[in-house]
Amino acid sequence: MRRPAQLVQLAAPCALVVAAALLGTLVSASSEGYFVDSLVKVSIVVALYVFIGNSGVLSFGHVSFVALGAWTAGVLSVPAGEKPAIMPNLAHFLRGTTVGNVPSLLLAALAGGVLALVVGLALMRLSGLAAGIATFGVLEITHNVLRYYEKIGPGLNTFSSVPETTGLGQASIGALVAIGVAFAYQRSRFGRMLRATREDAPAASAVGISVYRQRLGAFVVSGVLAGLAGGLYVHLLPMNTESLYLDLTFITLAMLVVGGASSLWGAVVGALAVSALDSFLAQAENGVKLFGGTLDLPAGTRLVVVGVLMALVLILRPSGLTGGREFPLLRWRRV
Amino acid sequence: MILGVLTVDWQTLADALALGAVYALMAVGIGLVFGVLRLVNFAYGQLVMAGAYALAFASQWNWPGWAGILLCFAVVLALSVVMDRLVFRPLRTQSPAVMLVATFAVAFLLQSIALLWFGPLGKIASSLAPLNRPVVISGVDIRKIAIVAVVVAVVCLVALQSLLTRTTVGLQMRAAAMDFRTARMLGVRANRVIGGAVLISGALAAVVAIMLTVQTPLVTPDFALRDTIVVLAGVVLGGLNKPVPATLGGFAIGFASGLLGGALPTTQSQYLPTILFAAVILVLLVRPNGLFTRGHESLERV
Repeated sequence: MRRPAQLVQLAAPCALVVAAALLGTLVSASSEGYFVDSLVKVSIVVALYVFIGNSGVLSFGHVSFVALGAWTAGVLSVPAGEKPAIMPNLAHFLRGTTVGNVPSLLLAALAGGVLALVVGLALMRLSGLAAGIATFGVLEITHNVLRYYEKIGPGLNTFSSVPETTGLGQASIGALVAIGVAFAYQRSRFGRMLRATREDAPAASAVGISVYRQRLGAFVVSGVLAGLAGGLYVHLLPMNTESLYLDLTFITLAMLVVGGASSLWGAVVGALAVSALDSFLAQAENGVKLFGGTLDLPAGTRLVVVGVLMALVLILRPSGLTGGREFPLLRWRRV
Repeated sequence: MILGVLTVDWQTLADALALGAVYALMAVGIGLVFGVLRLVNFAYGQLVMAGAYALAFASQWNWPGWAGILLCFAVVLALSVVMDRLVFRPLRTQSPAVMLVATFAVAFLLQSIALLWFGPLGKIASSLAPLNRPVVISGVDIRKIAIVAVVVAVVCLVALQSLLTRTTVGLQMRAAAMDFRTARMLGVRANRVIGGAVLISGALAAVVAIMLTVQTPLVTPDFALRDTIVVLAGVVLGGLNKPVPATLGGFAIGFASGLLGGALPTTQSQYLPTILFAAVILVLLVRPNGLFTRGHESLERV
């Protein structure tokens, strides 16, 4: 009876994603964008979860992999004729190369993974606060380089003219792929070993688990997923370096923490719940009809509400809405 | 003066010293709270930001300079106490990771509140602007604020050091920083020590707000955000566990960033964060416990 229960742990988050996508097909075209955006956020948060959830080590740097993925997919898929206008200083070999939608996403994932490997080789030796600050340093460096190094992208400008291929379909496929990879990883022996180091690092190393290697493995897997999510993101809306920086780091960490950082179910629930709230507030900032009256919030309310929510969840329920557990089918049965 | 490959003039050197001094004060503020609470306060920059807005409003209402400074202290101290009561206290028993994320959330919350109330354009704090004018010392122009910042920082650090070594509260604070549980068993009152650390750290944030608004009078919601990130890196670089290494780390990173920012040509100085954080990561790899601490990483023995 155990195998079906495990499959439910994969099926439940997938079902949630599919439900969100189906709901997205029912609403108006202008609201559909919010649903696509939340599905991309699901991919980012699942990528974060693969490392943070399984290892218990905080990372403030994952948005750098998202950013590099976005840059890779963006630069390679802007039509060749428009490249000189948007990116006048682009390096020669990038100017001539244009790839299709799917290859650009795969290359984005590859770029995220390679950066995570390079960074992780050094950073995974650290732990605790030093690790947190160092990952922050990686974010600062990536942001700084992408912002000013115009040979590899638009620099300060916004990435326009990237084909907008990320609709409900592509976003939900991306999220499902991310969930599938995360599930496969956490069921694998590597995922189990990493979780053992999270629970008790000295005991884990005593039975011969290399904390460094297991963390590095998870870091690379989550870098690949974050790169892929970045690729999906740049195909959704025009971005610049500021949209891939502290605000995104904050909102995605908030989603993971609110949902419950130590389960895949928590990551998906958190991403969708916070996205739903965030999108509703974004609507309300433009005025929305509700219960007969009109709710019109001042611009900037969104981050305040999300910030309060995140602080409240941390204080009242530090393990998140789901309590950091997987989909609770087994417990129901026992009752 | 030639310093390696960089050409550094006295003006740059003075500004770098001043930045180092201000960052050293922020580092102490962060380090003190970390000492007693084991909590890295990401929201420290937002305390500075609140103080800066107080100064900006005071100068908008044409209050005299001293009244603005008083208002700044009142706002920052009140906010630190509220932050301690509402956020730090309920989280005291949580893991460091949870506390770090929580202060990250508080930082963003305060910043978005500022954005909501005061708008994105920013306000000018101008009542202390005369301090920004240069004085000529033996043929070299040096901004008055550079001198004031260094002097104020030295005075604050000396006062703090004597508070920590000469008074009962200071002794208790150091004991709590070393081993909180044992200190409590020996009769140190936790809330008093934590309250003291939070207040001192808040007062330092107010001082930093005054220094920073003189140098950059435009106060925006993300005021001091970048400074906090750099200082945090500096504090970890120096060594979080003790006040002196933390201060040195903060000073070092402020001095280095002031020096490089002033000496590099623009085409390179835009990559200043990259250089700075790459250096921080390199140092952390070699000395994960901090640059200015002694001894090796203590692995847990089972």
